[in-house]
Amino acid sequence: MAKPPAKKAPERSEKRKDAFSIFLDEVSRAPITIPILAIITGLIIGGLIVALTTEEVYAAWSHSPIEAIQVGLRAAWSSYSALFTGAIGNPARIVDALKGGDALEIRRAFNPIFESLTKSIPYIFAGLAVALGFRAGLFNIGAEGQIFIGAITSVVVGFALTGLPAIIHIPLALLAGALGGALWGFIPGLLKAKTGGHEVINTIMMNYIAFRLSEYLLRGPLQRPDSFNPVSPFIQDSAKLLRFFGDPIRFNLGFFIALGVAWLVYWFLFKTKWGFDFRTVGANPNAAKYAGMNIVVVTIAAMSLSGALAGLAGANEVLGLNYNLALAFSSGYGFDSIALALLGKSHPLGVVLAALLFGTLRNGALQMQVSAGIPIDIISVMQAMILAFIAAPAIIRTIYRLRAPSAVEEEIRVRGWGG
Amino acid sequence: MSTSATVLRQKTVEIVSPARRIGMGLVFLALAAVIWLYFSANVDPTAQTKFVLNPGGAGANLPDWIFNSVNVLNILAGACAVAAGFQLARGFGKRTNMVLGLVAGAFIFGFLAWAASGQSLNLAGLLKSTLQRSVPITLGALCGILCERSGVVNIAIEGMMLTSAMTGVLVGSLVNIWVGLLAAIFTGALLAAVHAVLSIKYKTDQIVSGTVINIFAIGITSFISSKFLQQYQDLNSSGVFPSWKIPVLADIPFIGPIFFDHNIFTYGMFVLLIVLHVGLFYTRWGLRVRSVGEHPQAADTLGINVFRTRYTSVILGGMVAGFAGAYFTLGSVGRFDEVMTAGRGFIGLAAMIFGNWQPFGAFGAGLLFGFADMLASKLAILGVQIPSEFLLMAPYIATMVVLAGVVGRSQVPAADGKPYEKE
Repeated sequence: MAKPPAKKAPERSEKRKDAFSIFLDEVSRAPITIPILAIITGLIIGGLIVALTTEEVYAAWSHSPIEAIQVGLRAAWSSYSALFTGAIGNPARIVDALKGGDALEIRRAFNPIFESLTKSIPYIFAGLAVALGFRAGLFNIGAEGQIFIGAITSVVVGFALTGLPAIIHIPLALLAGALGGALWGFIPGLLKAKTGGHEVINTIMMNYIAFRLSEYLLRGPLQRPDSFNPVSPFIQDSAKLLRFFGDPIRFNLGFFIALGVAWLVYWFLFKTKWGFDFRTVGANPNAAKYAGMNIVVVTIAAMSLSGALAGLAGANEVLGLNYNLALAFSSGYGFDSIALALLGKSHPLGVVLAALLFGTLRNGALQMQVSAGIPIDIISVMQAMILAFIAAPAIIRTIYRLRAPSAVEEEIRVRGWGG
Repeated sequence: MSTSATVLRQKTVEIVSPARRIGMGLVFLALAAVIWLYFSANVDPTAQTKFVLNPGGAGANLPDWIFNSVNVLNILAGACAVAAGFQLARGFGKRTNMVLGLVAGAFIFGFLAWAASGQSLNLAGLLKSTLQRSVPITLGALCGILCERSGVVNIAIEGMMLTSAMTGVLVGSLVNIWVGLLAAIFTGALLAAVHAVLSIKYKTDQIVSGTVINIFAIGITSFISSKFLQQYQDLNSSGVFPSWKIPVLADIPFIGPIFFDHNIFTYGMFVLLIVLHVGLFYTRWGLRVRSVGEHPQAADTLGINVFRTRYTSVILGGMVAGFAGAYFTLGSVGRFDEVMTAGRGFIGLAAMIFGNWQPFGAFGAGLLFGFADMLASKLAILGVQIPSEFLLMAPYIATMVVLAGVVGRSQVPAADGKPYEKE
């Protein structure tokens, strides 16, 4: 990936250093600076697009450019404040609700922030999936398909098994989701390890196979008997993830499971021998080979585990939110998760934070769509921008005149098709 | 220049290993067995298959082609079995892939004969719409070939197509379809330029850069679609390019209406196909592109500007993708719907791999995938008891099989996906 364009930084900074420039140096090199600036720049560009696509701006342009800029700023401001209230909640409404004391009204007032957390759950799982792959030098672009398969397997376990207590049923359904996703990751992993077929192509192909398979299943064997639409039957009550509050808050146990899994992934990657093998194979496969690590096994295991994590995202959608499976329920988590894995620097903590951000944005954007008339898809544009800036930090450095880091940055190493 | 030519020539030596020879023979045998045991056994012995050879409308009238289903199926099965026997015993050597094509053709013909047994099937119409559906797939694959032959992986074909489809219809509605077409091509070039700058200048991982474009494309097209196109229908009705019969050729029976009665996109595909094939393999430009994709260091030593070659290839590829995107709106329905490309760009990527990074190979793959696509929508009409979803899965599975090296070795450009560092 992007090598720092200039390596002259050390020589130049030897000369005169006042406190402020040292501070700037430190800030430039802090690992968090680039992601934060990338997010801010993405938001600014999103605002610009909102302003530029507002008809009133062009109407005002005929009066005077300054008025047009004012109108544009106002449009961007109003949409972002709608996004904020949609994501966090309206402070005035929360205060009123608390004063009023009506339980339902309180829940409604607090719903946005809980909904944001709820929306981040699949992002956490899918982001962890991609991040784990990156750590082992594998590019799992197939989280989308693995989410689908995980959702299918967990919905089957969810509705087909009856009479189980929740304490057994829920783990079984989650496990089924993880296994389904793992299978969908295992196949490209096996192909990569045994034949060298690049996992990017194979996971893309597996994505579409998963779409078609779920289409077939939902129109055939898994279709709810009393429905004409491609939807599965509802899962048993015993398979539903516990919701902590009454309607309309959908916040559920899945969030804490996701955090737990994130901690597990951290522990696995950084505290176990296996994790060390993963990271070594990812960082330098040749060194790993000479150290006697089994690259074939690591590749297969990494893709399977990555798939399992993505499968959990699908399972959570089914068990925690929808209680059934409809066609095309996944709204691009698979691709967004690539962005957030890179945003989180492939570290579980970073992934969780990035997932919270993405979930919050996506939830807020719903409100923005309703009240400010800005289509929710603006979020995808922003995410693409953020991803571009993360992937090419040199752009951010140029915009904000940051100094190039002295050490070579941590890279996501992905080799070409040839292997 | 001579060094890079040597580098390229070395790769074309292909050794057919015994395991692969036997594997291929078993594939032939399996296809023969399916024709024999499934198609042939499930047909009423007296049933006739009727293939209609006129795609409908005016034109030369050919009589319908009627034959006894079982006899033809048995002959096909026998031919496949003979090919399998020869392959297992001696091997076809260099002609293996050609024979595979013939056997696959026999299998498809057998499938159609079986599906249409006791009824009639418009074979000419089927082939015509296969060709039409292969157009965006093949064009997408050509975009991929241009980029990847120069060493830049492009998984953003889908995103480029989608955005171009939208700008095509938008500008097409505002001005006219010709300007719309230009706008679509320009959009493809613009997105490709972004991809090129990110992956060549900033040395971003090319998969990430492609993902950026794909996410952006879905976002911006859905945004503009729901903000403007759905609200102002005038902006979303461009009209389409009419089909144009080539005067003499279109009158050839059977072939004429299939190949020479299309709109600008199909003809454009053929022109690009030939231009790209000749350009890549018989011109100095093509040699440069390929040498940059195989061994950029060597190419650089010989004075080829690696960066400039990659920039031009990627941007040209983007223009092809833009043309392909315009097909979806200006070439077929004249309006834009959200995510209307529906993964065709990724099928194009698959066709590129399936076709071994060769323009005509990609066209063959495009035809095959287009056929699967077309057939999936016809299965219900024919009353075949195979879920269409499985047919639609076939291209992806086939690509994975090819990539795994089961059927012939794929020849990936050696420096594909690797950023070039000038030393």
